[in-house]
Amino acid sequence: MFWRGRGRTAPFRRSPQAKGGFKVADSVAGANPEHGAGGDDPSRRDFIHIAAGAAAAGAAVTIAWPLVDQMNPAGDTLALASVEFDLTKVELGQSVTIKWRGKPLFIRHRTGAEIAAAIKDDGAPMRDPQTDEARHKPGKAEWLVLIGTCTHLGCVPTFGGGDYQGWFCPCHGSHYDTSGRIRKGPAPTNLAVPEYAFVSDTMVKVG
Amino acid sequence: MLRKGLAVAALGLALVGGPALAAGSQKEPRTVAWSFSGPFGKFDRAQLQRGFKVYREVCAACHSMNLMSFRNLGQKGGPFYDPKYPNPNDNPYVKTIARDFEVSDIDPETGDVVKRPATPADRFPNPYPNEAAARAGNGGALPPDFSTLSKARKGGPDYVYSLLSGYGTPPAGLEVPAGQYYNPYMLGDVTAFWKGQGHAPKGGFIAMAPQLAPDKVTFDDGTKSTIAQQAKDVAAFMAWVSEPKLEERKAFGVGAMIYLVILSGLLYVSYRRIWRNVAH
Amino acid sequence: MSGHSSYVPKTGFERWLDARLPVARLAYDSLIDFPTPKNLNYWYTFGGILALCLGIQLVTGIVLAMHYVPHVDHAFASIERIMRDVNYGWLIRYMHSNGASMFFIAVYAHMFRGLYYGSYKAPRELLWILGCVIYLLMMATAFMGYVLPWGQMSFHGAVVITNLFGALPIIGESITTWLWGGFAVDNATLNRFFSLHYLMPFMIAGVVILHIWALHVTGNNNPTGVQVQSKADTVPFHPYYTVKDGFAIAVFMLMFAAFVFFNPNALGHPDNYIPANPLVTPAHIVPEWYFLPFYAILRAVPDKLMGVLMMFGAIAVLFILPWLDTSRVRSLRYRPTTRMYFFIFVVACFVLGLCGARLPDEKVIPGLTTFVLLDADLNSMVWLSRFATAYYFAYFLLVLPLMGLSETPLEQPASISEPVLSPSAAMPAGAAASPEKRG
Repeated sequence: MFWRGRGRTAPFRRSPQAKGGFKVADSVAGANPEHGAGGDDPSRRDFIHIAAGAAAAGAAVTIAWPLVDQMNPAGDTLALASVEFDLTKVELGQSVTIKWRGKPLFIRHRTGAEIAAAIKDDGAPMRDPQTDEARHKPGKAEWLVLIGTCTHLGCVPTFGGGDYQGWFCPCHGSHYDTSGRIRKGPAPTNLAVPEYAFVSDTMVKVG
Repeated sequence: MLRKGLAVAALGLALVGGPALAAGSQKEPRTVAWSFSGPFGKFDRAQLQRGFKVYREVCAACHSMNLMSFRNLGQKGGPFYDPKYPNPNDNPYVKTIARDFEVSDIDPETGDVVKRPATPADRFPNPYPNEAAARAGNGGALPPDFSTLSKARKGGPDYVYSLLSGYGTPPAGLEVPAGQYYNPYMLGDVTAFWKGQGHAPKGGFIAMAPQLAPDKVTFDDGTKSTIAQQAKDVAAFMAWVSEPKLEERKAFGVGAMIYLVILSGLLYVSYRRIWRNVAH
Repeated sequence: MSGHSSYVPKTGFERWLDARLPVARLAYDSLIDFPTPKNLNYWYTFGGILALCLGIQLVTGIVLAMHYVPHVDHAFASIERIMRDVNYGWLIRYMHSNGASMFFIAVYAHMFRGLYYGSYKAPRELLWILGCVIYLLMMATAFMGYVLPWGQMSFHGAVVITNLFGALPIIGESITTWLWGGFAVDNATLNRFFSLHYLMPFMIAGVVILHIWALHVTGNNNPTGVQVQSKADTVPFHPYYTVKDGFAIAVFMLMFAAFVFFNPNALGHPDNYIPANPLVTPAHIVPEWYFLPFYAILRAVPDKLMGVLMMFGAIAVLFILPWLDTSRVRSLRYRPTTRMYFFIFVVACFVLGLCGARLPDEKVIPGLTTFVLLDADLNSMVWLSRFATAYYFAYFLLVLPLMGLSETPLEQPASISEPVLSPSAAMPAGAAASPEKRG
């Protein structure tokens, strides 16, 4: 607040007005900006004024939060935030793509050979080193759940292609292995593993 | 002078006060002391559960509720809210309820339209595939959707309760058309069908037959299942369906009013302090 | 703005800004330093309240527009989604719908204040006219906004009001088809109403800026109607009126909160929670409460075209008001007979509002049947509307012009400060000779 005290001291002079008539130009407000008939300068540091101002500011902040929060995901969006998937639908050696949170989700039922190949390469030089163990749930090595978006620029990699028999992204030639790790090509990180859990042996809940 | 003006205004208001409906009349609904009325009102969870059961077993056969999802039943303020499952999609009771319903879906492999058990994310399915089928199944009348029905009637839950429990024998002299039922709480004009003496009775004809009967729905909490009880419970449930945020709204409101009273007080004192020395 | 600015930039940044774009100076001159009559009562706080209401409607409206779908198949459901699923959606929606009602409560208080204190009289004619323009824009905005939820009242209200244009001879039907974008109120109509409803509040904001500018050129009127004559008559706007407006706003928010949180549908109509059905007409089509007086005027006239012209005429007469009132005295405080007519005018407005909510052939006094005059019983709402409408127009077209010429007003104080500084100066009515006295 930039309240200014009364700095002006020059007296204000006005010609006396005729009774009752209304002058237009002379009495225009703002003709003389000096403060008029205000009483004693109210102390601007009175606690009550600060308290009132703070309370008003508090009201403004309280109403600001709902206006901001309304842009967060709404109830129906959050309802689709998690999905349950029946694993019996995926044959051995196959991968299924479902839509989750607007993105593709790969659910791959790995064969023993694919698992072995992934574990063998655990120590191999790669851009984003990660063991195969870290990319699946303990005891569930045959199930790989990955977000099906190439970490380079977002295309959807194709299943089974590429030099490592994992996935191959046709956009710029990224090769992923059977654990979804980037082995060759421009992608910076491995295919992302979302938050998921086994609700039962045949059902996963993703998200 | 202002007071005199206000007195004249009040007189004017008094002259035109009073309800007077030329076309259509209805009996004033019976009032109920709902748990959710008043500034501190809250829904009675047990009542909402009973009301849902009435909806499930009696109303859902004909009435859709297509703006509600199963997950709403498990959200805060809802009949099956469980604090252990803040995300209602995880609520096992809600999942069980949903599984009892079937919703249409497309088989991803064949492309055929199939029916599958519902999940909490699904909406309540319509009992009929479209409006024409709904009318055909109900003698030409369309059973209104429940999603906002309680708010869409004057009197709200009082009206719903009175209507459902207000069927009775029509007064002698009233010719009830086939396929219709007389209900004094239904807005309507029966003068054309009144063959008796005096004024035509208040109320109208409704295409819905009386649906509630004693013990028609067994309440799991042991509450006696009278028509009045069933009507009250389903009316409360419908009030919740129309306004699921009622409790949150009133709680926020109490806080807001208190805050605004304090703010007004502070600003008033501030105002008096500032104007103290000004002759005005 | 007229007058000399006393703003002195203090910091280096303020000087830099002031030399390039004097916004700080403008804010200082308009809101801090602005000399305001010291005798403004609480009726004068509604201007600030209105500015806040416009802000609330703009912000809540823009937020709602992030979630609303302006298509006939999705509009109703999208609003229910806002109420149920969007975080705090229920709060924002109820603030917007009740905010519109609050906006109109405040604007009517603001207008009645202007009528009572003669704020429309020279030199403030343009200020008043700009206000009338804002009022018209508000009505258009509110009408289109009410259509958007696509409930039964939304739809059928739109049908009734757009059909009014069909009453215009020759061009009526083309205009109506053009408004609809089709042969009936339908999706094309809804979509364009949404676009215009989003646009118009910004037009209102622009006219509000002109309105405040016009006010600052002439200076505020005040309850005595006597112009500011000296420094002794004014106080700086800040802190005197910032705190008074702040207090009035807090009390207004209390009323607003009472509606939003505890009775959010009291000012609406239950039928609007029924999705629109073009084949079923509601039992009573009623507009929102703030349009009821005009609705009553519309229905009071037996002829459709004349009804439309009278309804618009009721607003048009406001535009020429500064030239209808012939009195040289501004404030009705000093015009006791005119003041009595004014209070009856206020009652007539309320009566028109109540008539607008009723059916035309409902009885005013229950149980009493008199005789049929023209097309309806004398004891009917339509005749009450006719009497009230006649008074409404008579007040502007007969009372104000004639009273200004015939009434002897009370003695006005010599200045704003005078009645406060020297109590003995309070004059008995009509004592000293004064220029206003006639015959």
